[in-house]
Amino acid sequence: MYRYVLRRLLQAIPTLFGVSLIAFFLVRSAPGDPIITMTFDPNITNETRDILRRQLGFDQPLPVQYIRWFTGISARSGDETEAFSQLSNTSCTYLRFINMTLCDTGGGVIRADLGTSIQTKQPVWGRIVERIPATLELTTTGLVLGLILGVPFGVFSAVRQGSLSDHLVRIFSVILNALPNFWMGLLMIFLFAVVLGWLPAGGREAVTLDNTFDPVDRIQHLIMPAFVLAFGWIALLSRFMRAETLEVIRTDYIRTAKSKGLADLRIWSVHATRNALIPLVTILGPAIGGLLGGAVVTETIFSWPGIGRLALNSAVQRDYPMVLGIVMVSSILFILGNLLSDILYGVADPRVRLK
Amino acid sequence: MAVNEASAGATSVAVGVQLKRKPQSYWGMAWQSLRRDKVTLAALGFLILMGALALSAPVIGENLIGVGPNNTNPNNAFAQPYLGPYIKWLLGIDAEIAPRLLAESGGAFHWLGTDQLGRDQLARLLYGGRVSLTIALVAATITLVIGVSVGTIAGYFGGRVDDFIIWMINTLVSIPGIYLLIIVTAIFKPNPLTLTIFLGALGWFGTARLIRGNVFKVRELDYVMAARSVGAHNFRLVTQHILPNSIPIIIVNMAIDIGTLILVESALSFLGLGIQPPTATWGSMLNRAQNLLFLRDPETGVYLAMHLIVGPGLLIFLTVLALYLIGDGLRDALDPMMKNTK
Repeated sequence: MYRYVLRRLLQAIPTLFGVSLIAFFLVRSAPGDPIITMTFDPNITNETRDILRRQLGFDQPLPVQYIRWFTGISARSGDETEAFSQLSNTSCTYLRFINMTLCDTGGGVIRADLGTSIQTKQPVWGRIVERIPATLELTTTGLVLGLILGVPFGVFSAVRQGSLSDHLVRIFSVILNALPNFWMGLLMIFLFAVVLGWLPAGGREAVTLDNTFDPVDRIQHLIMPAFVLAFGWIALLSRFMRAETLEVIRTDYIRTAKSKGLADLRIWSVHATRNALIPLVTILGPAIGGLLGGAVVTETIFSWPGIGRLALNSAVQRDYPMVLGIVMVSSILFILGNLLSDILYGVADPRVRLK
Repeated sequence: MAVNEASAGATSVAVGVQLKRKPQSYWGMAWQSLRRDKVTLAALGFLILMGALALSAPVIGENLIGVGPNNTNPNNAFAQPYLGPYIKWLLGIDAEIAPRLLAESGGAFHWLGTDQLGRDQLARLLYGGRVSLTIALVAATITLVIGVSVGTIAGYFGGRVDDFIIWMINTLVSIPGIYLLIIVTAIFKPNPLTLTIFLGALGWFGTARLIRGNVFKVRELDYVMAARSVGAHNFRLVTQHILPNSIPIIIVNMAIDIGTLILVESALSFLGLGIQPPTATWGSMLNRAQNLLFLRDPETGVYLAMHLIVGPGLLIFLTVLALYLIGDGLRDALDPMMKNTK
């Protein structure tokens, strides 16, 4: 069992490495000079810009910049120790035999330092951590709602296969699948916030002068966006659980149980459900891992202060350390989620472990 | 009846056995199955109708409406749809509203109303449909070509090639797709052609995995081994034996992919990243309508923007629904194992 986990962990490392490579080169291959964006003040002369460029390493080729971003270590030819040791946290050593200066900024993605945002001059990690709870609140509620509604629908429609209820659930799930979530969100806002006035139109909580936590208010703000997200999950989960439950129904052991004379309810609760739930784990893992990545559109419609909107705004404003930071955090969580689902699947189904 | 035919056939044995029914090929059986599936046929009909409307957008624009999609008329902003009052005028229920609307719009028939700049909504929907459908179709084709090629190579050659390709796909899939798309569209600001290429280049992973799985299965079949033992080289094996076996999966996947791509392109345009104004596309029309939800006519209390919200979203929804239903229907028709259980 431990070897299985260890093997999967080791496989995750090159994937992370690949993610960082792709994200970095994609973001940095954008047209435009980041230094100019940073130093918009007309009073700053070009000489100052050049010094800033050298200090931040933007005059070096992209692969060297990638290594600097990823590991915090940069290399230059010649002896540059005086020039660079003025930067905070940087310690440089000059290696005479290869005529290169190695500088260590003490950061880098490997050491969990995601850099500084160009826009706010604050550390990227701090800003991300501020916004993570909001996104998690939204996506987790959406996922839980989807599970609560979607799984029973799927099982129910499989049990009553061919009946009217089965057809209704299938039609319902195809419709939910095809429904654009942004349109659904707009319609819901129109109906519930504008016309009826029951629910607020956006935001995470009502703006107050003191920081009181009003659960009713928070729930009112949470309902609509969570349901918009839940619709997508319901569509997916009801189809998936229907297919899985149908497969379980046709197995030998269920037939045996029924021929033994067991009551339907006992067959369901004891034998069928746990076996039908196992493949659900394969969906849940990536679902949990994708909690940070999937709600950009919903957050935009409902003005939810989450990571998705942060990524969107940062990308539009070319704040590439922030964008890279968000991509790395989401990807790490996604990979961990996949790992978790593989491990859980291995725990639940011993046949998988032995492969 | 069958018995008589059989005995008639038995008496003609000396001449040669007459087959009573033509043997059906796989595609023949699939077509028969499809013909009986009313839902899929309805969806197909709707899709063809949408395609025809989109193709004939200029013709409709000139003859039925009178203006193009980008002709602004600020005096006539937020005009309500002409369709309802026109029907009422025809039926004689209410003969005042229709001529008044017509006079306000200066002779142009705004069947579905106008938006905040006075542009005709129906014309924009039709032209937007052209953009959305074309982008989705071309991007789906790109996805298909790349996905099938990569999947077939990975599945056929196996070994290290397969390992590398799977590593690449797993890595690319680990980055949440929406972030990749946001990065690419926000940073590179593509025009519709480049956007199509990007969408195609970022959407082939699922297809590749699917094809790879299928090629693994087909590779071990007897007739492939037989062909190889007769001396068929790789290219011939792949094109003559393995790929044709994957065609049903490819077709089903393509229908679903086109639907998903319409949703993705609309979502990107809705966020302001995809197609830039003034080009109409269903997603960007919804983007414009987003800020107008609260607009009400002070006198009548009518919500001025309702027709702007319902139209584009409904068309996206119906088109994608039709494509998903077609995909499901094709899957049912093309899967030989399911025929026996119907």
